[in-house]
Amino acid sequence: MIQVESLHKHFGTTRAVDGLDFQVATGQVVGLLGPNGAGKTTTMKMLTCYLPPTSGVARVGGIDVVENPLEVRRQVGYLPENVPLYDDMGVIDYLDFVARARGLSAAERGPAIEKSAGRCGLEPVLHRNINELSKGFRQRLGLAQAIVHEPKLLILDEPTTGLDPNQIVEIRALIRELGQEKTVVLSTHILPEVEAVCDRVLIMHQGGIVADGSPAELHHRFQGAQELDITVSGVAAHALKKALSDLSGVEQVSFAEGQQAQDDDGVSCQITAPGDVDLRADIFGLCVDNGWVLLEQRRRVVSLEQIFRQLTRGEAAPTVPEPTEAAAGETL
Amino acid sequence: MGGMWAVFRRELGAYFNQPVAYVVITAYLLICGWFFTSNLFLAGQAEVRGFLQMAPLMLVFFLPALSMRLLAEEWKNGTMELLVTLPLRDRDVVLGKFLAVFAVFAVAQGLTLLYPITVGILGHPDVGQMVAGYTGLLLTGAAFAAIGLLASALTSSQVVAFILGFFVCFGLYIMGSALSLVPSVLLPLFEFISVDGHLANFSKGVVDLRDVLYFGSVVVLCLAATVNALQGRRWGR
Repeated sequence: MIQVESLHKHFGTTRAVDGLDFQVATGQVVGLLGPNGAGKTTTMKMLTCYLPPTSGVARVGGIDVVENPLEVRRQVGYLPENVPLYDDMGVIDYLDFVARARGLSAAERGPAIEKSAGRCGLEPVLHRNINELSKGFRQRLGLAQAIVHEPKLLILDEPTTGLDPNQIVEIRALIRELGQEKTVVLSTHILPEVEAVCDRVLIMHQGGIVADGSPAELHHRFQGAQELDITVSGVAAHALKKALSDLSGVEQVSFAEGQQAQDDDGVSCQITAPGDVDLRADIFGLCVDNGWVLLEQRRRVVSLEQIFRQLTRGEAAPTVPEPTEAAAGETL
Repeated sequence: MGGMWAVFRRELGAYFNQPVAYVVITAYLLICGWFFTSNLFLAGQAEVRGFLQMAPLMLVFFLPALSMRLLAEEWKNGTMELLVTLPLRDRDVVLGKFLAVFAVFAVAQGLTLLYPITVGILGHPDVGQMVAGYTGLLLTGAAFAAIGLLASALTSSQVVAFILGFFVCFGLYIMGSALSLVPSVLLPLFEFISVDGHLANFSKGVVDLRDVLYFGSVVVLCLAATVNALQGRRWGR
């Protein structure tokens, strides 16, 4: 559906997109992930023929965006960042305008508007003015105008920015639903969004792609290290540390603040180990052999957020994730 | 073509959904009405010439005011991005917007037809002269609308668009009165460029093809420049 070959876009001396290469197959839901300024929006603007590439080739459905922009635009539905809409228009009038501009005939327009408005849940506000809409409904209207002509490709630039958590869940569900029949490219810097919605993730950094794969593949590939949190009772901290350090594969044993002394809840510690070994059975065996009680054991693998942070800070490969980051990675 | 009419319909709707069109049309009619009635009642002359002479000066002001939002607002609100990623040619966008502002102006101008009708009831005016005078006004309006639209394409500030459009229109209008300041070598050029000289023929009742061509080329040039400006602002940076 999309072919991008050594695509460049320079603004003066800034290289917003710098030698981008990727392909998107029909039917995929692809997430462009990256920090602000990574080139996600610029890439999307080139795919929608808003900005011309400085050099390189971009094709949508086999059609070059520079040679035949009108045909590309016919195939694409686009929701820009911040959802620019005509505030002076009514919701129906706006959808009617887009449908007319997209060349839908008078007979097609009514059903098309009804269908896209229905899918996006716009019925309650159909007869309102756009400037009266809440942020959530604006976003829905932005989506509705993007799908009114049944495009093959949907390009959504940060579709959930500024929404409350309930709205985010709704919009994501809608995108997933649309993704079943269309190719979708969306950009975001919200990581759980990618994991919730996308089949494939392209992590962008400084105008290029630094990682490409499904969320699960990326987890697997960048699983450089793992952490184990365990709590054991019936043993002193120093004895536990010594015993654990002797296990093969353990790189480091550390105790949380104030956990040095044994109390009724046992001793808690954190073990760092390479990503490709599983220490859980060994630790259990160790406790059984010594007659300690293993109260808690939890393994933590590197999260997509950590992969993202490592990659976009310019480091070669993820190293041991810091505990604070790991905690942050689970929230949001 | 369908795309052009979609843009036209939307712009026309935007004028009448907002107070812009009403305010501008009302102000235009009030001032035109003053020039017409003062001639009719104070000077006791049943004719529209006084109104036709003053109207171009008002257009210098009103058309940039009407057209200033057409593209500047799209740049400012970011709606330009959605507009130009619709499968529309840039020239359809520009033409649709131009026709919309021209239609609003034509409505305002149409409402002033009350004056010639009044005059026709009260006296025996020269119909041909009035038709020519109105034709000249419509053409001037079209030229100023195109200039205003071009100004609006160049900036995302409506105020700047208005001032820019106003100065160009006013310059073209005043040029005819400032000919004595121009070196004699350049005189024919300035005479040709100024709106005044071309409009003078119309108010005499003469519709000369050369004058029509003058206004037509101002419109075409400005619209082409607007298309270029639209592309340049996206493709240049």
